[in-house]
Amino acid sequence: MAEPLLSLRGVTKIYGPVHANSGVDLDVEPGAIHAILGENGAGKSTLMKLIYGVDTPDEGDIYWRGERFEVTSPAAARKLGVGMVFQHFSLFETLTVVENVSLLVPGSKRELTSRIKQLGTEFGLEVDPLAYVHALSVGERQRVEIIRCLLADPKLLILDEPTSVLPPQSVELLFDTLRRLAATGVSILFISHKLEEIRSICTHATILRGGKVTGNVTPKDFDAHQLATMMIGRNMPDPAPAKEVEKGPLLLDVAHVSLPSEDPFGVSLEDVSLEVRGGEILGIAGVSGNGQSELAAVISGETMLPRAADGRLSMMGTDVRTMGPAARRGFGFAFVPEDRLGQGAVPQLSLTKNSILTAHSKGMVARGMIRGGRATEFTRTCIADNDVRTPGASAEAGSLSGGNLQKFIIGRELMLEPKLLFLNQPTWGVDIGAATAIRKRLIELRNAGCAILVISEELEELFELSDHMQVLHDGRLSGRFKTSETEPEDIGRAMIGAEEAAQ
Amino acid sequence: MTTFALPKLVRREKASLPILVAAPFVALLAAALSNLVLYAAIGVDPFAVFYAMLIEPFTSYFSFSEVLLKAGPLLLIAQGLAIGFRAKVFNIGAEGQFVLGAIFASAIPVYYPMASGAWLWPSMLILGTLGGLLWASITAFWRVRLNANEILVSLMLSFVALQLLNYLLLGPWKDPAGFNFPQSVMFPFDALLPTLLPGTRVNISLLIALAVAVAAWFFTQRSFAGYRLEVGGLAPNAARYAGFSQNGAIWISLLIGGAAAGLAGAAEVSGPVGQLQRSISTGYGYAAIIVAYLGGLHPIGIVFSAFLMATLYIGGDNAMVSAGLPIAAVNVFQGSLLLAYLVAITFVRRRLVWPQKATTEMVAQP
Repeated sequence: MAEPLLSLRGVTKIYGPVHANSGVDLDVEPGAIHAILGENGAGKSTLMKLIYGVDTPDEGDIYWRGERFEVTSPAAARKLGVGMVFQHFSLFETLTVVENVSLLVPGSKRELTSRIKQLGTEFGLEVDPLAYVHALSVGERQRVEIIRCLLADPKLLILDEPTSVLPPQSVELLFDTLRRLAATGVSILFISHKLEEIRSICTHATILRGGKVTGNVTPKDFDAHQLATMMIGRNMPDPAPAKEVEKGPLLLDVAHVSLPSEDPFGVSLEDVSLEVRGGEILGIAGVSGNGQSELAAVISGETMLPRAADGRLSMMGTDVRTMGPAARRGFGFAFVPEDRLGQGAVPQLSLTKNSILTAHSKGMVARGMIRGGRATEFTRTCIADNDVRTPGASAEAGSLSGGNLQKFIIGRELMLEPKLLFLNQPTWGVDIGAATAIRKRLIELRNAGCAILVISEELEELFELSDHMQVLHDGRLSGRFKTSETEPEDIGRAMIGAEEAAQ
Repeated sequence: MTTFALPKLVRREKASLPILVAAPFVALLAAALSNLVLYAAIGVDPFAVFYAMLIEPFTSYFSFSEVLLKAGPLLLIAQGLAIGFRAKVFNIGAEGQFVLGAIFASAIPVYYPMASGAWLWPSMLILGTLGGLLWASITAFWRVRLNANEILVSLMLSFVALQLLNYLLLGPWKDPAGFNFPQSVMFPFDALLPTLLPGTRVNISLLIALAVAVAAWFFTQRSFAGYRLEVGGLAPNAARYAGFSQNGAIWISLLIGGAAAGLAGAAEVSGPVGQLQRSISTGYGYAAIIVAYLGGLHPIGIVFSAFLMATLYIGGDNAMVSAGLPIAAVNVFQGSLLLAYLVAITFVRRRLVWPQKATTEMVAQP
């Protein structure tokens, strides 16, 4: 076996009461595409921060080509030859590609321009160096980030959930690039929880659970189900079967709604139409930043349509264009927002006080005063029924993990007994066990006759959940796809706007 | 390569209750110590100042009653302001609302100097409350209408209020028999608030202020309206998601703050002053901002901080007379108290992490 490029021995990192990593051993060989696999909160990101020098380990050693090293800062890591592409990009939208690159990489602009082009053809990372970043697609922006790392000639490239922002076609292009890079001897650390991807591209996988290494495997030797079991430490719960349900009445009817964006970097909605009936789940696919937040705000009522606006927006048969969220809830509408902390819940307030946020009409307010007993009772029921792991109803919402808080928020909204439920990114950042439980709940609810609208970036999730799908691209909504007659590639084409170009 | 490593502020998992309770005391101590050093530097005996400021106010019935007298308006204004501050609506113009309260209340005795009857002082208080409320509503209107910054608008309106007071006292409201002094007529007996403690200037406005404190407690801790304001202040997006009106929060915050300050202004002219003067504007509206924060924006905490601030007012006066402290020193003390408190309160939700690795790092670098 070749000498590993990077070795970790007994690396431990403790944040307060949490052992984010404990005694982690890891060997990355030259030219390997090495997956770090784990649920949310398993310690993947912490481990990468330690390798990239954002944080320093409390115990344990890091070896680079057999020599012990203290990686004290990202600058030191870059000096060693470690590059990192973060999940959230750090590019200035108002600058061009080459201007962004030159902020970190020395050299004249002309020189950099030609090197960007050269790397582009060499590794399949084509991007126009003189284009402004705001005009680039997410996939192209990611290429800029990768190019910026490659210009420093790294030996090890870390990619944090790189595919979560990409449509399926771009994922293949990215993988092609990574394979070419690995062939030149660069090692790649690939963080992900998407099992099929890891099986198709990675040569090694280290599995983390609860901050500890629970396995070192060759991913191709196992199927996705086995990998998932290793990752969550128990068998995956089966998805609830979607029954054939008699389609109910039309509960959400949106027709020809347009809304120009007030924010120069926001997305304008153009001629959006969709309908959801009782007993049906409609999924909205699309790469984030194509108008999801804007659409969500229009449906929830956080953004009200101007009185004179064209188009139709009705819920349960009532025109709600000029009604706020509270009024819409009155008709049996419930909404689980994308942002858990700060939108779906107030981090500094107790769970009980967070129940009052949307469920105050459940007898929690009498003559203007809050009835604490009712609110606490509601909260306890919500915690018990939804398997929310927390010390109790008086715990601050901000102290819960992402998955537990999401279970609480979804539980709270379901206790409103909605006729129409709308969820934006319901399982984003939620561990696989909790995500499966949430999807199961949604399908049960659909079978009981509820109308459900889901916005999600995870195609697999939408294929599992929805009866029909529509795709959001650049503020426009595609026509309806019937899920059972649709391939992921069809959705993928609509996600990058190829459909419109063809028409 | 890392030459100098500063400690970092890291968010705590949970707010620290002990620090929340200790913060005002630590702040008082830190402000006191630093100011004593300052007094020593300008050649004033720090121990004499200390005695005059913090001990002397409690050594006689009369000086203690003066503390109670000062605490009343501070308590009233701070309770009103705190409700807005919790909702992150920053009404900095309580001074102007206080002046308008005084002007409105004075309108009755100025136009009916011979009036008498038990209705007189209560209706003056009501009119004063209305005056402060109307003055604050100007700020609320422009904030809601044009998103004009309420800090600037309310602050600048305070200066307008002062000029309005000047105009009235130098012009139409000047006491014709007052030897051309800029002040109104002396108020008739029924326009003055009943005395609470015999032999002192303490009047029933102190009871009103304490009643307002109780009401503020119910409003912030138990009412749904108070809850909506709190959510709006802590997480505006959550308030939008819940459907709580942001404009409603701005109106309620400013109107409550304005009404409380107006009531305090009315109680001042119909209490210890007994006429409308230019000197009624003594900075209660600004000091109450410090009182509100020092009390942790909590109705119970504010009761204590109002008495503390009142003690410092009386103590500062004492120190000027007996220890020869310059008049600005009292303001410096108030300012450093707020500064120290804001520093201390930072640690309720954050803690310092010292870079322990700094030394090993130097050694390990090749």
